[in-house]
Amino acid sequence: MIKIKNLQVSIDEKDILKGIDLEIPKGEVHAIMGRNGSGKSTLANTIAGNEKYEVKNGSIHMNNIDITEMSVENRALSGIFVCFQYPVAIPGVSMAYFLRASINAHFEHQGKEEMDAVEFLNKSKKILSELNLDDSFLKRSINDGFSGGEKKKSEILQLLALNPKFAILDETDSGLDIDALKTVANGVNKFNSKDNSTLIITHYERLLQYINPDVVHVMVDGKIKKSGDMSLAKEVEKKGYSWLLK
Amino acid sequence: MIDKNQKIIDKNLDQEYKYGFTTDIEQIKFEPGLDENVIRKLSNIKNEPKWLLNWRLKAYKNWKKMKEPTWANIHYGPIDYQALSYYAAPKIKSRKNLDEVDPEILDTYNKLGISLNEQKRLEGVAVDAIFDSVSITTTFKDELAKQGVIFCSFSEAVTEYPDLVKKYLGSVIPYTDNYFAALNSAVFSDGSFVYIPKNVKCPMELSTYFRMNASNTGQFERTLIIADEGSEVSYLEGCTAPMRDENQLHAACVELIAHEDATIKYSTIQNWYAGDKNGKGGIYNFVTKRGICAGDRSKISWTQVETGSAITWKYPSVILKGNDSIGEFYSVAVTKNKQQADTGTKMIHIGKNTKSTIISKGISAGEGQNTYRGGVKILKNAENARNFSQCDSILIGDKCGAHTFPYIDVKNQTAKMEHEASTSSIGEDQLFYCNQRGIKLDNAVSMIVNGFCKEVFEELPMEFAVEAKQLIEVTLENSVG
Repeated sequence: MIKIKNLQVSIDEKDILKGIDLEIPKGEVHAIMGRNGSGKSTLANTIAGNEKYEVKNGSIHMNNIDITEMSVENRALSGIFVCFQYPVAIPGVSMAYFLRASINAHFEHQGKEEMDAVEFLNKSKKILSELNLDDSFLKRSINDGFSGGEKKKSEILQLLALNPKFAILDETDSGLDIDALKTVANGVNKFNSKDNSTLIITHYERLLQYINPDVVHVMVDGKIKKSGDMSLAKEVEKKGYSWLLK
Repeated sequence: MIDKNQKIIDKNLDQEYKYGFTTDIEQIKFEPGLDENVIRKLSNIKNEPKWLLNWRLKAYKNWKKMKEPTWANIHYGPIDYQALSYYAAPKIKSRKNLDEVDPEILDTYNKLGISLNEQKRLEGVAVDAIFDSVSITTTFKDELAKQGVIFCSFSEAVTEYPDLVKKYLGSVIPYTDNYFAALNSAVFSDGSFVYIPKNVKCPMELSTYFRMNASNTGQFERTLIIADEGSEVSYLEGCTAPMRDENQLHAACVELIAHEDATIKYSTIQNWYAGDKNGKGGIYNFVTKRGICAGDRSKISWTQVETGSAITWKYPSVILKGNDSIGEFYSVAVTKNKQQADTGTKMIHIGKNTKSTIISKGISAGEGQNTYRGGVKILKNAENARNFSQCDSILIGDKCGAHTFPYIDVKNQTAKMEHEASTSSIGEDQLFYCNQRGIKLDNAVSMIVNGFCKEVFEELPMEFAVEAKQLIEVTLENSVG
């Protein structure tokens, strides 16, 4: 599904990623753990195609297609989705309008007819109830005045509605209370299937307990320092990151 | 990203103005120039009563003593008032029958999406169509007359309802008011006249469509709307003009009078030709609009969507004289290429418990300059007056500008004033977010801008809100990369 080779990325001439190699096959869930500033969010943004991040070297392939130079929206339309850590507000644009516009952008790309309003409402209401959100959520301006938990749930709502091939969750667990964390984890588990792949970026092991990734990587200073199974996440939680810095 | 922005902005600048065609018709046009004789000739051609001619002449004398204002945040070369023609009209035998109107003119309005044929017209909207200096026709007049509503051209009102015209003309905007109002008072040629009788709720939307066609002319229309006690009316104006290399002057006056318990809602979609990408050509739009809430509990609401004109200079205002009266101003102003807009409002609180709301949204793209200028005045006897002002600006690209000049003058300590203002760039983060969801740049820009303007669009009558949204989309197409 996703194959990253020797990825080197800088922002404002500062090297952040220093040669990442990562392969996530179809049907697998991988997690990347790491300290603040280790380059986790840079990796997410680079895979999404954010132009603020300059790829100096290496490549990103999705289903054997080189997407390293592809535009942000074409990557999105090919099936890449990012649950952002801090999704921006767009005042005056309702959740419903935004979500329907993005679903229809995907449909158009796939040569499908637009989703009609009734189908859209039924579909989104179903997801909303799974996320313990009220239907009125659809009428609110996207991310405008949302609480931290609402922002994360809004991202999961979009994830489930768009059902992408490859999802990146960038610290989706940060700032959530335990109930919200479980709700979000349930949403992610609902999404995960043998047909798609997921990359979970996090500081902590607690979200991973609910999701159970197939592979856990630890990132240190722009490189993947160690990979393993869930036991690695537990070890990191117990011992911190310092033992990996050597 | 900036380079790409610029490329796409440049591409946008080459976009054609959809309404820029000219209509080739036989016309009567005055030679350029302005003096007392021109005014006499104009008044004579319109068969005006003596008092009106005298009023015009007084206005002209006054204008000659005045100086063009320079306080606005706009820059343009000198206007040669003697080089303009002050009257241009297509040759029409009779205004009574559409069959006798030049088919070229009917075709012009069809091209603009305005059908003057009542059967084909949008249900519930009556139109007064103004072509250069004259009104071509007014639709649904008979139907409105059944309820006592008068909706006709200004010239017709002068002949048919002289008492009403004499009583109200200049009552809100005296000819001494300002330079452009004085000029308009001297040379205004036509416009719309509306009178809603007591306790009548006007059964349909009234609208005027202004079209400037002739070259080297100015358009000086005058609109007067009177809502008698307990009545209600919603009125909309739309404007377009051909693409010409010269700058054309448009100096209009609109006066609104709302008596006790009356409500007037006045909406504008202004899409005059804005000039080309180098700032050549385009309309100079110097407009004076003011309403008076004369009676208690009356309400005047201005909503404007300003996307056209090379220069926009207008401040639709409300004098809140009646107790418990309400004034509102909702505005979206878009400037791109080299367009300049200096627009806003004045709310003058005289009566007790008067309330005003100002929501202004400025959008600047290309090298456009957008200025909000608003005044709120609370006079000594205006107990418990309240004002809420919100002025937001959004910048697209890095060559445009947004400016805000709020003036507040409070003479009564019980007043409550709130003012909020913000300026932001259209966020690359917002665009990235939309793109990441598969939404293309153009769609993302129009989505973000429409969201930004939402509070104002919600004030427009339904069908015009749709038109306004589309207009913004076309205007800003390809303005970001």
